[in-house]
Amino acid sequence: MNNFISSTLALVWQEAPVGRWQTIKVGVLEPDLSKFLVIAALLFVIGVAGVLTRRNIIVIFMSIELILNAANLNFIAFARYLQDTGNLNAVAGQVFTIFIIVVAAAEAAIGLGLVIALYRNKETIFVDKIDLLKW
Amino acid sequence: MLLQANTTALFSVRDLQLIAPELILTLSACVVLVLEVILPRRERKWTAYFSLAGIALAAVSLFLLWQTNRDNLPLDAFYGMVRIDGFGLVFKTIFLLAAALTVAISLRYLDVEGEQRGEYYALILFATVGMMFLACGYDLISLYISLELMALTFYVLVGFTKRDRRSNEAGMKYFLLGAFSSGVLLYGMSLLFGIAGSTNLGDISQSVTSILSGAPLEGALAGGLPLRPMLLLAMIALAAGLFFKIAAVPFHMWAPDAYEGAPTSVTAFLSTGSKAASFALFARIFLEALGGMRADWAPLLGLVAAITIMVGNWAAVTQVNAKRLLAYSSISNAGYLLLGVIAANEYGYIGLVVYLFVYTLMNIGAFGVIISLRRRGLVGDNVDDLTGLGQKAPGMALMMTIFMLSLGGLPLTGGFIGKWFLFGGLLQRAADPADGKDWYLWLAIWAILNTVVSFFYYVRFIRVMYLGDGVADARPLSLSPALRAALVVAVVGVIVIGVYPQPFIKLAQTLVSSLSDAASGAFALR
Repeated sequence: MNNFISSTLALVWQEAPVGRWQTIKVGVLEPDLSKFLVIAALLFVIGVAGVLTRRNIIVIFMSIELILNAANLNFIAFARYLQDTGNLNAVAGQVFTIFIIVVAAAEAAIGLGLVIALYRNKETIFVDKIDLLKW
Repeated sequence: MLLQANTTALFSVRDLQLIAPELILTLSACVVLVLEVILPRRERKWTAYFSLAGIALAAVSLFLLWQTNRDNLPLDAFYGMVRIDGFGLVFKTIFLLAAALTVAISLRYLDVEGEQRGEYYALILFATVGMMFLACGYDLISLYISLELMALTFYVLVGFTKRDRRSNEAGMKYFLLGAFSSGVLLYGMSLLFGIAGSTNLGDISQSVTSILSGAPLEGALAGGLPLRPMLLLAMIALAAGLFFKIAAVPFHMWAPDAYEGAPTSVTAFLSTGSKAASFALFARIFLEALGGMRADWAPLLGLVAAITIMVGNWAAVTQVNAKRLLAYSSISNAGYLLLGVIAANEYGYIGLVVYLFVYTLMNIGAFGVIISLRRRGLVGDNVDDLTGLGQKAPGMALMMTIFMLSLGGLPLTGGFIGKWFLFGGLLQRAADPADGKDWYLWLAIWAILNTVVSFFYYVRFIRVMYLGDGVADARPLSLSPALRAALVVAVVGVIVIGVYPQPFIKLAQTLVSSLSDAASGAFALR
């Protein structure tokens, strides 16, 4: 467990040899893989929190897009990193991202279509007002 | 895998032959969309017959594919994007069967709902294409695309009766939770891609085994990063996404709402085809890609299966709406099917495949009987609406009885054979000297005990039909030849598999052997 925590921390703050200020400067100017992973993880957490707490369907929908973009960022960062370290097949990650963007567009079309159908009959887009079906 | 594309053509005719069933279905779906526009309103039903013909043609081409290649399976197509193996073929058969039965029971139902449109059948066919690629995809990209193809068409299908508020609501809930779960699944896939350095399931499997043995492969992430925690995180994200898709507790809450609100024929397809496809994906990812870390995921899946079986069965006891009750029943069945994945031995795989096959027959059959009660002005989806069916329509009541007993798992029905292999696989795993742990045995006992509870609510249907006071509705049932044929096929299938299962088991055994080789190979490496 201790090992897990320390390795996770090492992932967040890549330990650099010189002082703290230098570390931050290097981290900002030359971001390495871990920075992107952390940002993607933050996006993912924000997305999940949004889905769980928001009432408005459109906002929930936007939060789902954040989750998808977290995955996109992961794919791009990994693909770039792996290509730099010599794995040329890693271009699959970038291809995957394009597919995800396309699918997200299709998903948006269908989701907004459903919202419109619902609004015509029910005149609300708040999830806590949609309560015909329960238990 | 992608690099090889530089040196040769993008694909060969051989690749197209290997996905011929899917191509046929896609083409017939497009033709159905055109027919819908061309045909006059009165003749719209031909779209349904045409899609049935398309499904039949796809089934024939699937059979020919198996006949010509049965000795040299598995075959890779499109540079490893698609893998044709016995496991995929048997699942494709299940999907085609489910699609054909669904089209047959939809014909009359859509007339009653006043929503007889060609798009419906086209969407069913597109969903089937998605499922079929899900069963044979061997790359995270193709798996994700086919999963979304299936899911997106199902969002539309669930909300198809767009003037019905319950259908709107069900579609919305299914869409939000489905899209959310796809996102979580995708996040897990992205981590898995980063760790393994490839989207191909075979490569991922090798990387996972080598990471666990402490020697990351060339081309994967450097050893400086905490690979094992990341791998665990990826596994948990993938598991959470997949639990949503198969409706396992604690991610099951969309299922009762979507099942109740959706048009009944769509519910039948959703509870069989979509569930079988999600299990195909589950087996692919967990048994093939993550087969090496079985020791990590087996306890997680075991816990989820135990809770799912309990919650599904106990929540079903108090339901009054038949569709909602069958939704909880399908949740508990997801738990039983998980046992086959947990066991991860030949018995378990046979159980998974045979039970999904029988489950498709009996569940579509049960929903077909419920559909026959639907007519204008009467929804007919409460358990009480079946009252007196034993006097009014003895044949229908008998068929419903057989479906219910089979869902419960009574001997001499197909449900019993499936459950026998699922529980048997788990018991075999418990007795395995290399990996025998007590909890496998307890899980099997827990599942068997809960099966007894399930009889309580399945028998409620039978009691209402035969012992209920009076008849709920004296008017005749809304039957059509297609619905009748679908019900007869389902009931015959359930009984034949129950009484004479040997040929089915033997067939399943040869077909799933590819999967057991892959999984046991990865396990032995560890």
